[in-house]
Amino acid sequence: MQVGLTHYLFLSGILFAMGLYGVITRRNAILVLMGIELILNAANINFIAFSRYGGMQIDGQMIAVFVMILAAAEVAIALAIVLNIYKQFRTVNVDEINKLKE
Amino acid sequence: MLDQILQSLKYFQTETVLVVSFCVIVLADLIFRKKSNVTSYLALISLVVATYYLGLQGSDGIKSIFFNMFAVDPFSLFFKAIIITASFFVLLFSLNSKELVSKTRGVGEYNALVIALTLGMVLMTGATNLLMMYLALELSSLTSYILAGYTKDAEDSSEASLKYIIYGALSSGIMLYGISILYGLTGSVDIYGIHQALMFQHLNTAALVVAGIFIVVGFGYKISAVPFHFWTPDVYEGSPITITALLSVASKAAGFAMLIRFTKVTFINPAIGNLDPGMWDIFKGIDWRFILAILSVLSMTIGNLVALSQKNLKRLLAYSSIAHAGYMLMGLVVLSNEGIAAVMIYFIVYLFMNLGAFYVVMLIADRIGSENIDDYRGMGFRSPLLGVAMTIFLLSLTGIPPTAGFIGKLYLFSSLISAKIFWLAIVGALNSVVSLYYYVRVLRNMFLRDPQANAQSLQISFIEVFILILLVLPTILLGLYFTPIVEFAQASVTMFGIQ
Repeated sequence: MQVGLTHYLFLSGILFAMGLYGVITRRNAILVLMGIELILNAANINFIAFSRYGGMQIDGQMIAVFVMILAAAEVAIALAIVLNIYKQFRTVNVDEINKLKE
Repeated sequence: MLDQILQSLKYFQTETVLVVSFCVIVLADLIFRKKSNVTSYLALISLVVATYYLGLQGSDGIKSIFFNMFAVDPFSLFFKAIIITASFFVLLFSLNSKELVSKTRGVGEYNALVIALTLGMVLMTGATNLLMMYLALELSSLTSYILAGYTKDAEDSSEASLKYIIYGALSSGIMLYGISILYGLTGSVDIYGIHQALMFQHLNTAALVVAGIFIVVGFGYKISAVPFHFWTPDVYEGSPITITALLSVASKAAGFAMLIRFTKVTFINPAIGNLDPGMWDIFKGIDWRFILAILSVLSMTIGNLVALSQKNLKRLLAYSSIAHAGYMLMGLVVLSNEGIAAVMIYFIVYLFMNLGAFYVVMLIADRIGSENIDDYRGMGFRSPLLGVAMTIFLLSLTGIPPTAGFIGKLYLFSSLISAKIFWLAIVGALNSVVSLYYYVRVLRNMFLRDPQANAQSLQISFIEVFILILLVLPTILLGLYFTPIVEFAQASVTMFGIQ
């Protein structure tokens, strides 16, 4: 069997769905962030697969590099915020962090 | 290649100033750690210098720089001016904010981050490439996540930044996935290239619709339109008030600038007349104009109705800002030059009235330590100046003549009527009436109820009165003499690549 564009698109679609599912169902802030990482990587697979099989230029692979850097920056900030949350609330459960919204 | 980069830098001076001053402020913070005001003044000066170069840009005409990554045109110039002015005012507010002094360990990083946030938003206004748009959006989002939690020893501020980053990262992730599909379909991330592909190729409609909806999620989050608004009330309530003010004005302006450019360049068939609904037809499968109209109606209605029952003034203003996003989306539904100009006029007005309202909230919160509407009882007698200023800002937010807010709404509604979208104009007008109720509730507390027995009058320093007057005067004067801003906005509709 030849691995082609469709296979990659399926993979990225599944990854995206898993990421979204994780964000919606997980209560632990760290796991929610992991779901978001999955979504970003799903987009990355799309970019690279289109760039490789779509007969397009190197644009897609370049974008993927940018996105990886951005994802790292985002996760660094997110973890700092979660750490601060843990210091304040002694929990990282997003349902229990609900002081606002009275 | 190097040649073009050097050429492009000539038209990139405002942004360069911001980049350099960000580095300078970080260094200055290390050197003058004890005297934290140094960084505040540096940040203010850098914004003045940036404004100077922005003024020079007026004569640059219309250009595309950095290999079609970024457009220099009157449209981006206009929104850059709005964003830099808003940041300037917010830095002025921050100078005397007791919240920032008492609850943080120095404001050096705060000032550096505000400059970085300004840079991100300025880049959003000119981006003409989906990658550039995404990067600019993330630059402004990442800095605002940190700034929302800047008073990190306060529980509500930490909670605000957590909620903000979860919603923000999810929305921009979904948007990126949409961009990747659009890239696969059209083979381009340049919005002009995408436009060409949409015009002349037969693309898979279902995939196109999915990509379009995913991208709208990212934009909707940035301008806090319903149903992507869930972060707004919590973040606005929990963040430091200065940051709330900046997010509500500048961040929204940047989001709208990017959304307008994306919609206008990508989806619109320039050959079909300005007011004809047929111009939307190149993006097949869904009636995009109707979707934007629905977003607008939802934002207005839900924002206004939920605001009715709010007890915290910051939260009330958060819902009111959602409603205002709905009003401004009405102009986007029209999308003719008249509609875009109406959105731009509204932004000039919104800049002064909304910043002013948040400034009054900040001044009062610094003195009585509360943002509760019940604690505003008799505030009009405890501090007549603040009371009168707040009255002007809130009446302007409602859109009552002779304030500037009326002019903003007038142009929005008249653009809808000349495009013959009457039902939306009626919904908008009804919503303005609903909004009157909750704005006036604040005013009633301030003027018609007696202060608590032991309440004292509030002292306001000279510089604070001065800043307040800087905001009150435009709010009144632009309601009486509005020709200059209308002409400025109408002259600034021109975008790169569109006649």
